[in-house]
Amino acid sequence: MARITDTMAGDHRRCDLLFAEAEASVSDSNWDAGTAQFNEFHSAMEHHFSMEEGVLFPTFEEASGMTMGPTQMMRVEHTQMRQLFSDMAQAVEKQDRDAYLGLSETLMMIMQQHNMKEEQMLYPMTDRTFGGGADEVIEKMNAV
Amino acid sequence: MLNTANLSLEQAPPISIPLRFFLTAPLFGIAAALMMIWYGPEVMTSRWSPQTLALTHLLTLGFLALVMTGALLQILPVLAGIAVPRVVLVGNLVHPLLTVGTLGLVAGFLLGSTAWLKLAVVALGAGFAIYILAAAVALWRVELPNNTVAGMRMALLALAVTVLLGLSLGAGFAGWDTLIYPALYTNVHLTWGMLGWVMLLLIGVSFQVVPMFQVTPEYPKWIRSWLPRLLLVGLAIWTMLYVAAVNKPELASWSLVWLTIILVGYIAFAVITLRLQQQRRRKITDVTLMFWRIGITTIPISFLIWGIGRLFPTAMEQVDLDLLLGVCMIFGVAIPLLNGMLYKIVPFLSWFHLQNRQLATMCMTVQIPNMKQFLPDRSSKRQFWVYLLALVVTLLSVFAPALLVRPAGVLLALSFVLLGHNLLQVALRYREVSGELSEAVADGQEG
Repeated sequence: MARITDTMAGDHRRCDLLFAEAEASVSDSNWDAGTAQFNEFHSAMEHHFSMEEGVLFPTFEEASGMTMGPTQMMRVEHTQMRQLFSDMAQAVEKQDRDAYLGLSETLMMIMQQHNMKEEQMLYPMTDRTFGGGADEVIEKMNAV
Repeated sequence: MLNTANLSLEQAPPISIPLRFFLTAPLFGIAAALMMIWYGPEVMTSRWSPQTLALTHLLTLGFLALVMTGALLQILPVLAGIAVPRVVLVGNLVHPLLTVGTLGLVAGFLLGSTAWLKLAVVALGAGFAIYILAAAVALWRVELPNNTVAGMRMALLALAVTVLLGLSLGAGFAGWDTLIYPALYTNVHLTWGMLGWVMLLLIGVSFQVVPMFQVTPEYPKWIRSWLPRLLLVGLAIWTMLYVAAVNKPELASWSLVWLTIILVGYIAFAVITLRLQQQRRRKITDVTLMFWRIGITTIPISFLIWGIGRLFPTAMEQVDLDLLLGVCMIFGVAIPLLNGMLYKIVPFLSWFHLQNRQLATMCMTVQIPNMKQFLPDRSSKRQFWVYLLALVVTLLSVFAPALLVRPAGVLLALSFVLLGHNLLQVALRYREVSGELSEAVADGQEG
């Protein structure tokens, strides 16, 4: 019974691959590919955040009664990452390779430590809370 | 305003806790290098001279243990999802106790002073007891332990064994206790320290950080579930064979064969890690990866040389194999792995704490530097090349101590000075930006 954990961790890995492709292109100063790949990565991340903030977190908070706990912590880290996305988008626009690579390195660190917390702690908690209802939550997230 | 202050940090200690461990550690590295310059070949000719023992502990306690304990206080909440209880108090106590204990031990060895050794035993005993207790409470509280947590538990057990043996040896040298078979128990002590604490922690942490940060496939499932506990049990069996061989010499060759089998487990881990790194999807080669490649590659190479030398004694009778293995493990495995890790963790923590404060105060006028603005690649890469040269000369100095120990010491001193300098630059920049943030917030409140 780890439906949420497996589904969401799988989506993390998908975002990681898009991240790596964009970073490699920018590192080669291949801005045509890099711009497209960064945009793809950025929308994949925003989609992932929407699934969490729009469906997973509120459903979990309602079911568990925990509103200021780990979900709130994850929202703050989403905000931190969103600030990096916007700085990275600017670097892409200016085709500033060094700025992008410094930001992408920073993003990678916060993204992975964030993913670890979710995969280690939050998702297993949601799986336990939802039990058999996990499929329904995943269906709702897929509709986002 | 939404009360976001420190929310995402509530499990993590304030930055001053890990930073004090990380900034002190290079100083011990510099001290060790100065000892090599001062004493010269003496430190490499015998494993049992007081100078060699002092040098070894400057590196293992002063550098390795400080970095590892400091880092674990910081990353346990991330890797295991659980906070270390009373983390500020633990950090406030453990850092001075380990620092004073290490200095006392070194002074005790070099001056032949039992008073210093007694101080060392008390301080190190207290420091490690507090640390192990706090980390154990955190690790055994995890309800759904993953492979990394399981590996860290094994590593902590190995640390406890290492410390207990070290304390009883220290108490013997200090005159509190009779020393029984000091050479035998020294070998057990260092084996549990390097193959237990250092390597098991590396293995447990790698299961998580290698796939995630370098975007590689996962480690094979059987390795993740079984390797750390097999190695821990293997070390326990080896210890029994090795100690029993005192009275039953026919067991000596069995303990050697058994140890060789265990080493194959570590070699398998290293080879799999290198293969995973080859398959990594994140193509950027950063300085941390360069350090890790050295550290991981040295594992199979040094174990193979040691194993061949032991199984075919005539092949390398001129070389002190144990000394070579020790030099490889400390200088070629543990130091580069931690050095590389520091270059990720220190700039990241600086950025993370500042950006978190910025969001909490909504003070967007101050620009928070990104990780590479905190620590430019050229600074960390320059230190990497100095370190690599230092490693090569140090390894060669095992074969030609009279000629090369002092040059190796000079290069190592330079490497640790550059490391300390780089980390200090990050910390100073952190303080500078932190001050700007406070000022901007104060201005905002006035206006």
